Amino acid sequence: MKIIVAVKQVPVRDSLIHIDSSGRWLDEGELSFEINEPDAYALEAALLLKEKHGGEVVVLCAGPERATQTMREALAKGADRAIHVEAEDLVRMDTFGVARLLAAAIADEKADLILTGLQSEDLGLGQTGVVMAEVLGIPHATIIMEIELEESGGRIRVKRELEEGWFQTVEMPLPALLTIQSGISKLRYATLMGIKKAKTKEVRRVAAGAMPEATVSLERVYPPQKKKETRMIGGTPTEAAAALADVLQFEVRVI
Amino acid sequence: MSGVLVVLEFRTQDGLAVWNRISWEALAAGQELAAEIGQPLLAAVAGERPEGPAAEVAQKKLARVYGVAHELLAAYTADGYVASLEQLIGAVRPTYVVMPHTYQVRDFAPRLAARFGETLIADVVGIRMDGGQPVFVRQLLQGKLSGDYLHRGPGPCFVSTQAGAFRPETVEAGACEVETFEPKLEAAMIRSVPGERFRVSEKSVDLTAAPLIVSVGRGIKEKENIPLVEELAQALGAELAASRPICDNGWLPMERQVGSSGQSVSPKVYIAVGISGAIQHLVGMKGSKAVIAINKDENAPIFEVADYGIVGDLFAVVPALTAAVRKAKGM
Ligand SMILES: Cc1cc2nc3c(=O)[nH]c(=O)nc-3n(C[C@H](O)[C@H](O)[C@H](O)COP(=O)(O)OP(=O)(O)OC[C@H]3O[C@@H](n4cnc5c(N)ncnc54)[C@H](O)[C@@H]3O)c2cc1C
Ligand SMILES: Nc1ncnc2c1ncn2[C@@H]1O[C@H](COP(=O)(O)O)[C@@H](O)[C@H]1O
Repeated sequence: MKIIVAVKQVPVRDSLIHIDSSGRWLDEGELSFEINEPDAYALEAALLLKEKHGGEVVVLCAGPERATQTMREALAKGADRAIHVEAEDLVRMDTFGVARLLAAAIADEKADLILTGLQSEDLGLGQTGVVMAEVLGIPHATIIMEIELEESGGRIRVKRELEEGWFQTVEMPLPALLTIQSGISKLRYATLMGIKKAKTKEVRRVAAGAMPEATVSLERVYPPQKKKETRMIGGTPTEAAAALADVLQFEVRVI
Repeated sequence: MSGVLVVLEFRTQDGLAVWNRISWEALAAGQELAAEIGQPLLAAVAGERPEGPAAEVAQKKLARVYGVAHELLAAYTADGYVASLEQLIGAVRPTYVVMPHTYQVRDFAPRLAARFGETLIADVVGIRMDGGQPVFVRQLLQGKLSGDYLHRGPGPCFVSTQAGAFRPETVEAGACEVETFEPKLEAAMIRSVPGERFRVSEKSVDLTAAPLIVSVGRGIKEKENIPLVEELAQALGAELAASRPICDNGWLPMERQVGSSGQSVSPKVYIAVGISGAIQHLVGMKGSKAVIAINKDENAPIFEVADYGIVGDLFAVVPALTAAVRKAKGM
C-alpha cells in the first residue's frame, strides 16, 4: 500500500507574532516553524497502516527551503521518502492553486491513499485535502478518526467525526483521500537510528510551475477587534487571585 | 449571473427535519450580502424529501427557494451533494453561494467550489463593503489574527460562515415560491457508502446544566498538574471541564470536553484556565453568562470573549485563587 502524507510547516504554536511591513502576512524572520499538528497525526496514521499492511509512506510538502527540516523529521519517524514542492510565497496563492501544485507533484505516484491534516494552524482553511481529491478525481472523507483497510485491500472503512460527539462510519474504494483529525493516536518520537537513516533518504525536489491567478486573495492581516469589554485584573498572582475571588463573591455571585 | 444563493442544512430524524442552526446564520449573511449588492436572495435545501424544509424556508423574505430532491440524497455523501449542487448552481447561476460552516459543508463545499475553478472562502466571521465590493473577514492562526479576503475570480464566489458570526434573528419574514429541482444523479456517481450516525458512549456527565465550570486547557502542560485545577473546581463547587487536547490525551474523560465536538455549556460563570480560545472551543461555551480567562498570553483569543481576565502564569494564579476562594468561603 502506497500512502502519501501531505504535511505543512507552520509557525510554532504560541509564537509571538508580528505583522510584516506589507501588512499582508507575518514577519517570518523571527519565527520558528514546526509540523502542522493534525499533519503529525496523519503521518502517524500512515506509519501505523504501513506497519500493519506493508508498503511505503511518502511525505509531500510545498514550501520554501526551511520546509526541508519538517520533511527530515518525518523521515526520521519512519517515512520512506519525501517530495518537496519548492514554493516561496504560498500565502499569495489560493487553495485551488496550492492543491493543484500538490496534486501535480504526485500525479505519477499512483498512491493508494493520500492523507492530509484536517486543517492548517496558520491559514486554517480546512480544505486543501478536499480540493486535492477533486483535482485527482478520487473520493474523500474529512475529519477522520480511524482507518481500516478491508480484507480485499481495495476498500477502506473510516470513522468520521460529526458535531457534538457523534460519529459515522463511511466506506469507500481506493485510491482515496482522507483528512485526519488531531489527537487520534499517540505520536511516536524519532529514534536516534531513525534520525541517522533519514539523512540517506530521498527528498525529490519539484519546482512549482507557474500558477494561474488566484481567485481569492488575502489582502491584509490585523489583530482581531475585541467584541467584549474585558476587565483585566492585574497585580501579583496573590493580589489578582484575591481580586478575582471578590468578583466571584460580589459581582457574579457564585461564592 | 445574479443572486445570492444560500444553501441550508437539515437532516431527517424519525421523519422530522432537524435544522443545523448555523443555516439561519448563513441566511442572515446572505441577506446582508444580497442587500448590499442589490441582488435577489435565493435559498436551497437538498434531500430525498426537501419539500417540508423548503416550505419552512419559504416563510422568509426571499426571491425563491429550491428544494433539491433526489432519492440518492437521502443520506449525505460528498459525491451526491457536489453533483447536485453543481447542477443547481449551473442552472441558477448565482454570483454568490453562501453556506453554514458545518462539518458537512467542510466536507463537500471545497470540492464544489473547485469544480467551478474557484476557492471557497471558508469560515467567514464578517462581511464588509469596500468600494462596492464585499471584503470577507476570516480568522487566521486560530483566532490570533484576522484577515481580509477578496474574491477575484469569474465566479460564482463560494463563502461559508462561522458558527455564531451572523445574527439569525435579522432574517426577515415573508413568503416566496418553492421550486423543486431534480438533479440528474446515478448510483454509480456516489463512491462512498455512509453508515448511520452513532455515539461512542452515553454521557454520564452532564455539563450542560452546570451553573459553574472550571475548564482546563493545554496550558496545564502535564496530566500530573490536573489536580491543581481540580482543587479550584472543588473549592468553588464547580464542574471540571476541558478543551479537546486534554481529553484527546486521556487526561480527563471525553465527556468533559467543551466545544463543537463536545458539549455546549451555558453556566453562570465559566473559568477558562490555559485555554487559547479556538473557535471550536468558543462555540461550546459562549452561552456562558460570565467568562473568566487565566492565560499567560495577553493576545490569546479567549480574552476577546472574556468579561474578566488575568494575564499570568496559571501555576501561580490558580493555587492563589483556590486559597482566596477557600478563604472567602471560610473553608
Ligand atoms: C473539527 C474540529 C473540532 C474541534 N473540536 C473541539 C472541541 O470540541 N473542543 C475544543 O476545545 N477544541 C476543539 N478543537 C480543537 C481546537 O481547534 C483547538 O486546537 C483547541 O481548543 C486548543 O486547546 P487549548 O486551548 O487547550 O490549547 P492551545 O491552543 O495549545 O492553548 C494553550 C493556551 O495555554 C496558555 N498557556 C500556556 N502555558 C500557560 C501557563 N503557564 N499559564 C497560563 N496560560 C498558559 C497559552 O498561552 C495558550 O493560550 C477542534 C478542532 C477541529 C478542527
Ligand atoms: N504547503 C503545503 N504542503 C503540504 N501540505 C499542505 C500544504 N498546505 C496544506 N497542506 C495540507 O492540507 C491540510 C489542510 O490545510 P488547509 O487547507 O490550509 O487548512 C494540511 O493539514 C496539510 O496536510
